[in-house]
Amino acid sequence: MRFILNGAPAEVDAHPMKRLLDVLREDCGLTGTKEGCGEGECGACTVLIDGEPVVSCLVPFAQAREAEVVTIEGLGGEHPYQRAFAEFSGAQCGICTPGMILAAVALGPAPTLEEVRTGLAGNLCRCTGYEAIYRAIHSATA
Amino acid sequence: MRTATNPLDLRDPRTLDEALAILAEDGPRTPIAGCTDVFVNLHFGTTPARRFLNLWALDELRGITAGGTLRIGALTTYTQLIRSEAVNDWLPALVAASREVGGAQIQNRGTLAGNVANGSPAGDSLPVLAVADAVIVLRSASGERRVPITALYTGYRATVIRPDELIVAIEVPRVEGRQWFRKVGTRAAQAISKVVMAGVRGPEPRIAFGSVAATVVRAPATERVLAAGGSIDDARRALQSEIRPIDDVRSTAEYRLRVAGNLLRQWWVESA
Repeated sequence: MRFILNGAPAEVDAHPMKRLLDVLREDCGLTGTKEGCGEGECGACTVLIDGEPVVSCLVPFAQAREAEVVTIEGLGGEHPYQRAFAEFSGAQCGICTPGMILAAVALGPAPTLEEVRTGLAGNLCRCTGYEAIYRAIHSATA
Repeated sequence: MRTATNPLDLRDPRTLDEALAILAEDGPRTPIAGCTDVFVNLHFGTTPARRFLNLWALDELRGITAGGTLRIGALTTYTQLIRSEAVNDWLPALVAASREVGGAQIQNRGTLAGNVANGSPAGDSLPVLAVADAVIVLRSASGERRVPITALYTGYRATVIRPDELIVAIEVPRVEGRQWFRKVGTRAAQAISKVVMAGVRGPEPRIAFGSVAATVVRAPATERVLAAGGSIDDARRALQSEIRPIDDVRSTAEYRLRVAGNLLRQWWVESA
């Protein structure tokens, strides 16, 4: 099945009911996408589909057909949020970080604190208490 | 946790007619759209379903139109409801409910018809649809019928929807009066309700609750008290005798009964 993965055409032969999360990690070798709860509660597995954040643990691969999927690898490692999360300790254990960053990216340039709080409400973090994450996003967009 | 995919059988129609033909000719399948309920149950082993029908590609089931009624396509996501001018105009309580479903990720995939079909008594949109007298449009290969939301549920997660039918749209008439919605849960985002209420303060007050019975319920005795000019205390007493919440993992019957009464009063005060 064909889709666009991080800007490049991809063709993957996987079961249509396989979780997009597993296709990305196992078939595409992109392990930046993390599994947290596996039931859509924690947001760790967030990726962008056609620019919107979704939890890849709840997306059957069939629904990625012809779609544009962006994972944390698609940001290239030097995205301002990636640098800011490291600099401001927005990442500690790191499991929530790829999902946090992609959910923040989906908010567009310079989101307000309220937009960040709402936009990241579906992403749980057990380390930072969120304030460091908000500081990182704010600093990167200021 | 996940279920092995090998035994799973998915049909992937491109048109609604094709989807309905599959259901008519190939036997029952669980329809899937946003998968925010189905995939959770599948991977936690709480559904026996192995045959599925992917509706996600059926663009005919998308879109919102407002004419004599507000017609919301079955695949409309919560995000689309929140962004829709027509829904904000006709049914602001549905926008309020949609904002409290999951987080952005769930709002981007979860669909209104999915919430209806899943039939959880805790479904956030259902009390709003109940007070709005929403009509569920069902279609099969042999025709279309309309079922009021209050006649859709026959018991806990049980509906009158036949295995060969799909929800194609939800239709809502103009609602006269001020709409109100409140969900009580452990957290604003990503929480399933302990009690959820929608109300309409109009010539004929309308009240519906979720998470206080096996299905979403209107509170007709309570509505009658208020319509007849009774006090909110009388209405609250009527409510306490017409809902029968239970103890479960999310709350207790006692708490739910008390909070339902508190919500009723809060609605009455705030919508005055």
